[in-house]
Amino acid sequence: MTLPVDTILVIVILTGFLILGTARLITAIRLSAIQGVCIGLLPVAASGGGTSVRVLLLGLAIVILKGVVFPRLLRRAIRESRTSGEMQPYVGITASVITGILALVAAFWLDARMDFLPDSHGLVAPTAFFTIITGLFLIVARKLAITQVIGYLILENGIYVFGLAIALEVPVIVELGVLLDMFVAVFVMGIAIFRINREFNHMDSDQLRNLKG
Amino acid sequence: MNALRFLPLVSGLVLAPFLLGVVNRVKAKFGGRTGQPLLQAYFDLFKLLRKGAVYSRTTTWVFRAGPVVGLAAVLGALALLPAGRHAPAAVSFTGDLFLLAYFLGLVRFVTVLAALDTGSAFEGMGASREVQFSALAEPALLVALAALARLTGGLGLTQITSALGPASWEVAGPALALVALALCIVFLAENSRIPVDDPNTHLELTMIHEVMILDHSGPDLAFILYGAALKFWILGALIVNVAVSWIGGGAAITIPAFFAGMLLVSVGVGVVESVMARYRLLKVPRMLWVGVALSVLAFTLIGRFTA
Repeated sequence: MTLPVDTILVIVILTGFLILGTARLITAIRLSAIQGVCIGLLPVAASGGGTSVRVLLLGLAIVILKGVVFPRLLRRAIRESRTSGEMQPYVGITASVITGILALVAAFWLDARMDFLPDSHGLVAPTAFFTIITGLFLIVARKLAITQVIGYLILENGIYVFGLAIALEVPVIVELGVLLDMFVAVFVMGIAIFRINREFNHMDSDQLRNLKG
Repeated sequence: MNALRFLPLVSGLVLAPFLLGVVNRVKAKFGGRTGQPLLQAYFDLFKLLRKGAVYSRTTTWVFRAGPVVGLAAVLGALALLPAGRHAPAAVSFTGDLFLLAYFLGLVRFVTVLAALDTGSAFEGMGASREVQFSALAEPALLVALAALARLTGGLGLTQITSALGPASWEVAGPALALVALALCIVFLAENSRIPVDDPNTHLELTMIHEVMILDHSGPDLAFILYGAALKFWILGALIVNVAVSWIGGGAAITIPAFFAGMLLVSVGVGVVESVMARYRLLKVPRMLWVGVALSVLAFTLIGRFTA
């Protein structure tokens, strides 16, 4: 792969590590926005000189959605729910970073076993695996509902990168469908968080097992 | 070429305290002060060397040996260090990057022993922190060096530095940037700089390095301060050797680039210290783990790029 693509992929991995290593919700949202922008630039960088209008528009849509709209929605959810702004992890921050290192090793190991991928010695597939594992880990290891939304976004970023590893040219209608799904999902989750918060005065998923009524 | 062989060693010996002056000057500018003279560190060293040392009756020979052995180990490490692609180190052989890491370890070890030898509770606390943080900084340093060795195929610092060039940045640019970043984190931690430790603080509860040398005085303190300045130079030179290697050209370009890089590192430290606060002690290991993660990432990436 070329240098710009590699650089973007490394930034994606770095933001993954930083999200694992931060204790503040705002920082995590900001980092996920940076990661989203990088993901949007990825197909443009990968197509090199021959960027078609289609790829350009798709990249633009991703950048706007993941870099501007989602962070704004999430920030609003935080503001309205009046949380402390802390991550409230089950697994401590330091342990999370160590898990990230292990996930990175696992991602490269997994990639080495998958010979059928077209770009088998590049960075695309390992980055995808690492980002997917990071997203899953965030969903499992953080208490607040809002961090689970962030984890979901990162998971989706990983799946998108994996899609690039398999086929560079995905039909535009599929891409748009996925983006729309995500938009709806984040929107619904935003509303759900708001509801949970109004009903229970917190959005701690750890306490949701207690019935109320 | 023969004259160049001692350039890194001599320039380190002479210029190291000057960098501390630069850091102080930058901090003073940020604070709106005039600041100390640029050569203040030299004045301090001469002043201390003229004084006598005071030894507590509870200390033994370990306390007196600490500064001497520490300074000797730092000098050994400095001799292994090249200054850019065209200025090889005074001493170099295959595997000397391990010797560098162990020299730095030895410095820390004797400083900690001397601190424990005083029997002071404060110094014991500082020693425990120093050991905890360096135990995390060391893997980051070693893996970063291993990544460089993997890229260049050489196990000596001079071999590595002379093999790094604009071509390696084309092959593995992101990985080299990560190595430089990991080395920066190690640099801040090992030199007890903000955000890990505040070199100016004089509150024992928050100090790490400074608290361990409270009982040293006179020439001993001068040795320790000079050793700290040299350590600043050594770790800074590691960063610069990686970061400046993208500049092509002959010795007439790379050697001045190295010294300009060292100056930039000191200015950078000054800026970081002016705009950041010290991290809570609990947060420091987190940052060091990120450093470890960066070097592991660089190491795996280099495997990819060179495959």
